Amino acid sequence: MRPLAGVEDEEKWLAEGIAGIQHNAFFMHRALDANNLREVLKYSALMLSELRTSKLSPQKYYDLYMRAFDQLRQLEIFFKDESRHGLPVVDLYELVQHAGNILPRMYLLCTVGSVYIKSKQAPSKDVLKDLVEMCRGVQHPIRGLFLRSYLAQVSRDKLPEIGSDYEGDANTVMDAVEFVLQNFTEMNKLWVRIQHQGPGTVREKQEKERNELRDLVGKNLHVLGQIEGVDLEMYKETVLPRVLEQVVNCKDELAQYYLMECIIQVFPDEYHLQTLETLLAACTQLMPTVDTKIVLTQLMDRLSNYAASSPDVLHEFLQVEAFAKLSNAIGKVIDTQLEMPIVGAMTLFVSLLTFTLRVHPDRLDYVDQVLGACVVKLSSLPKLEDARAMKQVVALLSAPLEKYSDIVTALTLSNYPRVMDHLDDGTNKVMAMLIIQSIMKNDSCISTADKVEVLFELIKGLIKDLDGTDMEELDEEDFQEEQNSVARLIHMLDNEEPEEMLKIICVVRKHLMTGGPRRLPFTVPPLIFSALRLVRQLESQGGDITGEDVPATPRKIFQILNQTIEVLSSVPCPELALRLYLQCAEAASDCDLEPVAYEFFTQAFILYEEEIADSKAQVTAIHLIVGTLQRINVFGVENRDTLTHKATGYSARLLKKPDQCRAVYACSHLFWVDDLDGIKDGERALLCLRRALRIANAAQQMANATRGSSGPVTLFVEILNKYIYFFEKGNPHITPSDIQSLVELINNEMQSDNGNTTIHSDPFFTSTLRYIRFQKQKGGLMGDKYDLIKL
Amino acid sequence: MNYLLGAFKPACNISIVFTDGKNRKQVPIKKDNGQTVMNPLFQSQETIAGKVCIEPYQGKKVEHNGVKVELLGQIEMYFDRGNFYDFTSLVRELDVPGEIYEKKAYPFEFSTVEMPYETYNGVNVRLRYVLKVTITRGYAGSIVEYQDFVVRNYTPLPPINNSIKMEVGIEDCLHIEFEYNKSKYHLKDVILGKIYFLLVRIKIKNMDLEIRRRESTGAGANTHVETETLAKFELMDGAPVRGESIPVRLFLTPYDLTPTHKNINNKFSVKYYLNLVLVDEEDRRYFKQQEITLYRLKEETS
Repeated sequence: MRPLAGVEDEEKWLAEGIAGIQHNAFFMHRALDANNLREVLKYSALMLSELRTSKLSPQKYYDLYMRAFDQLRQLEIFFKDESRHGLPVVDLYELVQHAGNILPRMYLLCTVGSVYIKSKQAPSKDVLKDLVEMCRGVQHPIRGLFLRSYLAQVSRDKLPEIGSDYEGDANTVMDAVEFVLQNFTEMNKLWVRIQHQGPGTVREKQEKERNELRDLVGKNLHVLGQIEGVDLEMYKETVLPRVLEQVVNCKDELAQYYLMECIIQVFPDEYHLQTLETLLAACTQLMPTVDTKIVLTQLMDRLSNYAASSPDVLHEFLQVEAFAKLSNAIGKVIDTQLEMPIVGAMTLFVSLLTFTLRVHPDRLDYVDQVLGACVVKLSSLPKLEDARAMKQVVALLSAPLEKYSDIVTALTLSNYPRVMDHLDDGTNKVMAMLIIQSIMKNDSCISTADKVEVLFELIKGLIKDLDGTDMEELDEEDFQEEQNSVARLIHMLDNEEPEEMLKIICVVRKHLMTGGPRRLPFTVPPLIFSALRLVRQLESQGGDITGEDVPATPRKIFQILNQTIEVLSSVPCPELALRLYLQCAEAASDCDLEPVAYEFFTQAFILYEEEIADSKAQVTAIHLIVGTLQRINVFGVENRDTLTHKATGYSARLLKKPDQCRAVYACSHLFWVDDLDGIKDGERALLCLRRALRIANAAQQMANATRGSSGPVTLFVEILNKYIYFFEKGNPHITPSDIQSLVELINNEMQSDNGNTTIHSDPFFTSTLRYIRFQKQKGGLMGDKYDLIKL
Repeated sequence: MNYLLGAFKPACNISIVFTDGKNRKQVPIKKDNGQTVMNPLFQSQETIAGKVCIEPYQGKKVEHNGVKVELLGQIEMYFDRGNFYDFTSLVRELDVPGEIYEKKAYPFEFSTVEMPYETYNGVNVRLRYVLKVTITRGYAGSIVEYQDFVVRNYTPLPPINNSIKMEVGIEDCLHIEFEYNKSKYHLKDVILGKIYFLLVRIKIKNMDLEIRRRESTGAGANTHVETETLAKFELMDGAPVRGESIPVRLFLTPYDLTPTHKNINNKFSVKYYLNLVLVDEEDRRYFKQQEITLYRLKEETS
């Protein structure tokens, strides 16, 4: 065993070894120049004796080896030229075996052996066989590995593979394969053996050194992969079973992992596919500590790429039932390797799923099967807590989304929600977001109630509070983002068929209602608008859909909406509820459903009265109410009167005077709808305006009293504009003199306000005056009308 | 003084030449002084013929009581130095007593000589064949000249040549099974085999295969045993694990081996062993020795 030594010592030993090689090489070269065979052999053997050292680490030994290797090239050239040494190569082959030490002897024998094969005086297979057999004498792992690696190197171009000079007659490609296999087997044994040497304390160092040596072993597999003439049959019958036998039997973690990796890399995909069963069987026999999942993942990745490379190969996959085999193998691996962390199992599932999606995109049942297996695995464990495993599960669930770019497909996977159940809440939400994003990205429309049901089941993490979620922990921004996504999602649910659409709405409603006060403000509006869209659709289809049998009538929908908004108002979120009521009222009006519209208005008013206390909100609400009411034309005189009366009343009771004023003059529009059949009660409109003027006056005085200045005349100008509007529209009660006096009033106000200072003009007022002048000058009918106004 | 010196100098030069000396295969042999000389090679039942040339030095004459050539097979024990034991002794009289004035050649021939033992140069014992020419003189002592030659005998392929197979071990520590393909190897043979590790609980550093020669001389209480390791061949580097099988391929050519000699003329024996040695990291050696028989196989080319 190599002593434990410092780097310095090792450097020294290496230097000594190199010096030894150079020294003897010098004499060897002299002998070569003199064509003195005996001396050549003597000094070459001495030179090679330097390789007998046990003191060097693999890396340093490699250095030494390479120097000897260069010298051996010279030697080979000499051996090749019989005229220089005068011995037939067969005699030379014996002569070098007289060397007393095995290592120099074997290096020389391999060198002569390569010349021997080249001379074709003996069948290459015999020579190869002899060499690989004789190398057994070197059992020291490092020395043996390098020796055999030398053998592999010198023999590489002399294998009797198909198309080579050495093939034919008795030498078949089989012999080449046999040779490489044997060399591989022996090298692997030596390589594995390193780990059994030395005390445990140096284990780590050994592992590192072994890793450095692994390519020497793997090289053989590369050669096997490159041998011309290894067809599928031979690979299946000989190469693979032999290699795998070695891999499985060596019972070494490092070797098994590396070699499986090699096998997967060096042989063609097609072969893997055809020998899948064998390969997978081997995977299940590896040591429990081997990271089988990476091996399998690589295999599946390769196969997926292969499948993706050309559509022609897909039938091969079907033929060999690749999926079933992989699925089985993974199941076995997961079952047997109990110590494998859950993240490993999940990674495997992800790979399998990726494979399935690539190779069998049409086989949803396969996808579902994978998910099913995943569920089984997950259920056998306590709640998932490993973040990495969670990530894998997310990947697992995202894969079908990406592949099918259509959530609808994923929704048919029965195991999909069951997998999601195993996520923790946070991840569940992330996943739900992913699903929604996928839907958005692909603009896919979910068009049946069943699917909507499934979908909402999937994203329930976003829809409602799951048990044990602490609301405090949630980031407000994230929450909003999530709920906005849900809101967007609702618009993706669509069906041309009203009945189905109604069902969808009901389903969505059912789920959303569970969302609690924090979510409803986000989720209800889109639902309402979605329903209103349906209503409008029904409406545009005509009235033939009325009747009790038909489930989807606007009336019914409005009932549902009413209930829904009611929930919202209790959240409490009265402003929003109010707006929605108004929206519904307007829609109901469009459907000619007077009682419904009236009911909605009633609800809106009740909300206004009972819930909306904030004065600013009140102002906004009033304007909304007035605006909506103005547009609605379904009401009979009585109902309308009631409502307008109410609205005007509310307006007059606003807190701040300017607000009052504005609300009141807005109310004037309630009595004058500029439509063909709109209500045109000019008198009451004027009344409203006058009232507004009064309030404006009062406001002005109040301002004067409290602040000493009456402030701007904006309110008056605004009212003036209303006058002008109605004047233009032909309200007979608005006379040019009214406008005239109002203008004067404003002028006065402005002067009194500014005292003796110059009149500084209010731009709004100035524009208004300009407008009047413009109309006057324009002439025509309107111009005539304006002419009556004297400024 | 000169005269005196001349009197003690050998009066003539004696050379021994084999009939087919030019074509006969020469093999190296190590002499006492460590030098290697080439000597002609014979085998049993061969006729050894040639001629002896006696050439007196200028102006001298050799007076003698007869000239003879002897073929001797001798065993020489080093611890009993100078004491040769002749197991073969053949004599040819070359000349009746008389005088030699000038160069004179005497042809001789020993036909189909029985030489059952091979020339051997061991640690404690030497077996050699020699031609000894003696010019017997009455007054000044005889003039003697030696010519060594080498005898090697070839053995046909043994009819029965079982492999050596054995399981050995130290309880709960090391169990191996080894197999060598034969029990009898000729000198240019290759030892093939394998070592199979059934149980390895010790940290083995390496494994060698040794060829050992055990030379025993003398008999009874005077027996001297000398063991040499002639080959040390590394079979394995590093520590094997259970189930590992290590190949053995050892070419015998490079080593200086002789056939196994069993009880040569009751004087000595030479035996060969394969010694399998495992060395652990504390440099403890675990070994198992197996006798093999070496024999000389007639070479196709000669």
